[in-house]
Amino acid sequence: MDRLLNVTTGLSVLLLILVLASLRRAHIRVEYSVSWLAAGVALLVLSRNKAFLEAMARTLGLVDAPLALLMIAGAVFLLMFFRFSVIISHLRDDNIALAQRVAILEYHLRSLQSGHGN
Amino acid sequence: VKPVAASDALLVIVPAYNEEGAIAGVVRSVHESVPDVSVLVIDDGSVDETAVRARGAGAEVLALPHHLGLGGCVQAGYKLAYELGFAYVIRVDGDGQHDARDIPRVLEKLKTSGCEMVIGSRFLTPNAARTGFVRWLGICLFRLVLRPILGKPVRDPTSGFVGVNRRALQVFSRSFPLEYPEIETLVVLQRRRFRFEEVPCKMRARVAGRSSITALKSLYYITHVLLGVFVNILKFEGRLRRRAESGPEQGD
Repeated sequence: MDRLLNVTTGLSVLLLILVLASLRRAHIRVEYSVSWLAAGVALLVLSRNKAFLEAMARTLGLVDAPLALLMIAGAVFLLMFFRFSVIISHLRDDNIALAQRVAILEYHLRSLQSGHGN
Repeated sequence: VKPVAASDALLVIVPAYNEEGAIAGVVRSVHESVPDVSVLVIDDGSVDETAVRARGAGAEVLALPHHLGLGGCVQAGYKLAYELGFAYVIRVDGDGQHDARDIPRVLEKLKTSGCEMVIGSRFLTPNAARTGFVRWLGICLFRLVLRPILGKPVRDPTSGFVGVNRRALQVFSRSFPLEYPEIETLVVLQRRRFRFEEVPCKMRARVAGRSSITALKSLYYITHVLLGVFVNILKFEGRLRRRAESGPEQGD
């Protein structure tokens, strides 16, 4: 169990470093990094808090405390994926509306230019 | 295509994606069938000569900056038509499958019936068009699902040969299903108490290119469309409930 918790500790530290490095290089925007940082910190705190995990495992009726950690981590990441799906959907809608507007404005511009040309 | 003042001005829109082999013929056949009507080809980010061939055949081209998919492409045409003041818009596919000689029939029905949408249906004539088995099954399923929702039967719910009047144009220029729009638009209209009619139309084999809906994609298509139909119903019921709670409001 300790080995698994050490691995998750290592993974969460790696995640935090990756997110911070990406932020520094502007590969990820601050508003989208918050969810990942929160998830990394939560994973780190949980993997270092054995007593809490054991209590959680008892509450959920699980045999092993690490299973509780995996369940919580899975739930957190599912929620994050859902959040990003919502964000991507909004971006796609905005992108389509913008592309349509650009096309219509270009069309009007072309009409005006051909009108002046005549 | 210029802004129009006439109360019965018609625009024919032709969504097209990589249809360089067929588009010129489609534009010419529309001009032959309805000589004084403007034709607008909406080029959905084609990588071939679609836009050039369409202009060469005498159409105006609305060129989208990148590929949006059928719904986004058609909606761009509806938006421009609405802004320019057209009273009627008829959509003809760019692959040459629709017979432009049916356009006057669709327009006549739009004008005389007063309904918001007219569908050119392949299945109203005795020797109706043949379609693949999977697609035929899908169409039968959609007919069954749509019958109780629309309150009347629809023979060809997947037809892309569609005419709309200005009221529908107003709705569609604001909100339009983005993928596989044909069936969802029926639900959108019905939820607003708009009406539709079907008129018999001929369907030909593709002049060039390939259909975007393969047999493998049909299952995804059916699932996607059914989900879209139910989401539209839920969305509209929610809006009605909110309106009832907040009192009457103007417009949509």
